[in-house]
Amino acid sequence: MSGEHPREVDPVTGYDTTGHDWNGIRELNTPFPRFVLWILAATVVYSVVAWILLPAWPTGRDYTRGLLGLDQGAAAVAGLQALDGERQGWLDHFDPADFAALSADTALLDVAMPAAARLFGDNCAACHGAGGVGGPGFPVLADATWLWGGDPETVAETIRVGINADHPDTRVAQMPTFEWLTRDERLALADWVATLREGTAAADAPAATLFADNCAACHGEAAEGNMMNGAPSLIDRAVIYGQDPATIAETLRHGRQGVMPTWSGRLSEAEINLLALYVTRLGEGGQ
Amino acid sequence: MPLRLHYNLEKLSMGLVVGIIVAASIGGIVEIAPLFTIDETVAVPEDLRPHTPLELAGREIYMREGCYACHSQMIRSLADEIDRYGPYSRAGESAFDHPMLWGSKRTGPDLARVGGKYTDAWHVRHLIDPRAVVPASIMPSYPWLTRPLETGLLGEQLATLARLGVPYDADMVGQAAADALSQSRPDSAGAPDVQARYGEGVALRAFDGDPSRLTEMDAVVAYLQSLGTLTNVAHAEARQ
Repeated sequence: MSGEHPREVDPVTGYDTTGHDWNGIRELNTPFPRFVLWILAATVVYSVVAWILLPAWPTGRDYTRGLLGLDQGAAAVAGLQALDGERQGWLDHFDPADFAALSADTALLDVAMPAAARLFGDNCAACHGAGGVGGPGFPVLADATWLWGGDPETVAETIRVGINADHPDTRVAQMPTFEWLTRDERLALADWVATLREGTAAADAPAATLFADNCAACHGEAAEGNMMNGAPSLIDRAVIYGQDPATIAETLRHGRQGVMPTWSGRLSEAEINLLALYVTRLGEGGQ
Repeated sequence: MPLRLHYNLEKLSMGLVVGIIVAASIGGIVEIAPLFTIDETVAVPEDLRPHTPLELAGREIYMREGCYACHSQMIRSLADEIDRYGPYSRAGESAFDHPMLWGSKRTGPDLARVGGKYTDAWHVRHLIDPRAVVPASIMPSYPWLTRPLETGLLGEQLATLARLGVPYDADMVGQAAADALSQSRPDSAGAPDVQARYGEGVALRAFDGDPSRLTEMDAVVAYLQSLGTLTNVAHAEARQ
């Protein structure tokens, strides 16, 4: 100590005081704990080691790369390849996919279906709901009714190209607007279509003629739907937007152009086939 | 010994000030120095396009509503992240973003590559009431996004970004408000101009499902659908 004040040692703790006197109160100059100082020193040593081993200092247009040559991007890609390697054992069976053989391979399905469930949850469930329960505007997948076909090959194609999507081979499904019909005609048609599924629609009603003239081309003479153009059946229990008169009137007035995105590019071919098999199995046992 | 030095320095106020300035400067320089050469160290991808005025308006609303507080726009260089979200984010991908919206905390999922993943209709319903499509969601509802979009400041906003180096030309700045409207009306006369100015990849749609109104929903959905689609550089590098 440079001796501006006489050294004064507190008799109880053995520490120096600061030498100041505030109306008889003196303050201890408690030294910093030794172990904290050692930790501080250790961090400094660690930083020097880290500068040598790891990417650290900027040098203008470059940086010091470190002796270990670590690159986090490359490490992540290597990690992803390791993940892919683990999956390859079973995922390879899905590209190309022989769905009949895959469906029979219970050992493979035991591994693949839990993985498919996670893939479904991350990519499909946002619209189609957890477990494929669907919602207004988003078709139910956990039933036995399909718009384009329910075999795995067809489902895989739908996932691949999407519906009204940005893919060059996208499936196209357009419910045009029938705004040019009079309001009364639309409402009569809506009421009539709403009763189709009950089987109580009168075949000789004026709305039946409207249906035959305007709707049957896509939805079929008996409103049974058409899987070639994605026109839904109007006589089963399944609905996309709703089959009550108000919803149908809305559909007739504004049309519907539901979109399903294309998943080529975002998912691999094997993942698409995996999801297709998963989705078709959701529907098994449904109505 | 160093402790004794420090003890004495504490009693010398100007010496302590100089010491603090020196210590703080080292920390500052280490963080700031790399920015001096950022133009050379971060390559702007050749195919990177700037946001259209409508997307930019959506970006402003994204910031206004604090979406960044729960959603990051940066896929980290970790295997699990790449597996779920796609190639990790490159610095060049946000070269035109002022400010960038990488974020560091996620309550919801990362959105860096959400463009094209879901449909416009899904986004609209999800923003109005997230529980309508994702029952377990804890995201707040944003029903007021259906109100009309203010486009009056878009031109000045583009001009500001142009000064920061985003390649908006005088034509883009002058037509900003008109382009915002045209992008949401694919059948309008101005729609082809939007693609001529910003590229064939720009989506021309009524993003909120109603071409007769230009709403904040149009802007937000257009912005969300553009995320990850402005350049292909990450996918190209990942394939190498």
